[in-house]
Amino acid sequence: MSRSPRVTAADPYSATDGGWTGAMRRRAVGALPPEKLLPDGQPAYMASWIYVLGVLSVAALIVVIVSGGLLALKGPAWWTGSATGLYINSLHLWSVELFMFFMVIHLWGKFFMAAWRGRRATTWITGTVLFLGSVGTAFTGYLVQQNFDSQWTAGQARDGLNAVGIGAYFNTFDFGQMLMWHSVLLPFVLILLTAWHLLLVRRRGIVPPIDATDPAGQPPPAAAEASAHHRDEEQ
Amino acid sequence: MTGILPPDERVLAAPIDLNNTGHYLHWGVVQLSVANLVVIGLMVVVFVAALLLPFPRGRGRR
Repeated sequence: MSRSPRVTAADPYSATDGGWTGAMRRRAVGALPPEKLLPDGQPAYMASWIYVLGVLSVAALIVVIVSGGLLALKGPAWWTGSATGLYINSLHLWSVELFMFFMVIHLWGKFFMAAWRGRRATTWITGTVLFLGSVGTAFTGYLVQQNFDSQWTAGQARDGLNAVGIGAYFNTFDFGQMLMWHSVLLPFVLILLTAWHLLLVRRRGIVPPIDATDPAGQPPPAAAEASAHHRDEEQ
Repeated sequence: MTGILPPDERVLAAPIDLNNTGHYLHWGVVQLSVANLVVIGLMVVVFVAALLLPFPRGRGRR
């Protein structure tokens, strides 16, 4: 099997060909070089509790996914009928409560920071869509509790969904369908969005304070990036 | 679950009775449970604290 002459083991990132895998690798490393993906320093303005709340959201999401995975493995009879199952069920509920709690405060903070400045619009949009998707996922979670609360919520939601014409595709009284939305489809989307959001934070960096000036007299990073983007669009 | 709990279990019981119906507030068409209102209040308190409390400075921060 012959090897492409321009791809060498000594410097695999300098190749200009190598098929679609080589092109993807160059693009990925170009967008997120290792020092950007795992930085060992951050700007001084990262010293804010608002970022801690973002990290706490991710930590809570990990507990949500692990406890939800255990519930999915053991099944409804376990989470309604055994002491351990009820404990994990409660752990799942309260980690979701904390996830939403921390995420909303993080979102408030980012809103008042105008965190979409400096080519960070996609970071902001993935965060807000992640929030809205989490609300939908939580709603389907209410539907799979298998109690009167679940039945009541399903009845109320069915009226609303029928009113907008999607009741035939999204049947809130179908436990199997709601369980699949809650434990497979929506978590898959949320995990993808979370990964995308975090990688964008790494790629674009955190947003500088409004009207920040560089100690060396340079324009603030956000303004510099925005003007560079503006120049790119004009060309 | 009903009945009087022994003293050692009473300490561990929830400070609010969760086995009864909740309390709701009404403003016209708006209906809000007291529990949700408390959570919203806590979120505002944590948000303000996050803005005002000083952040500990680590070494080597640029």
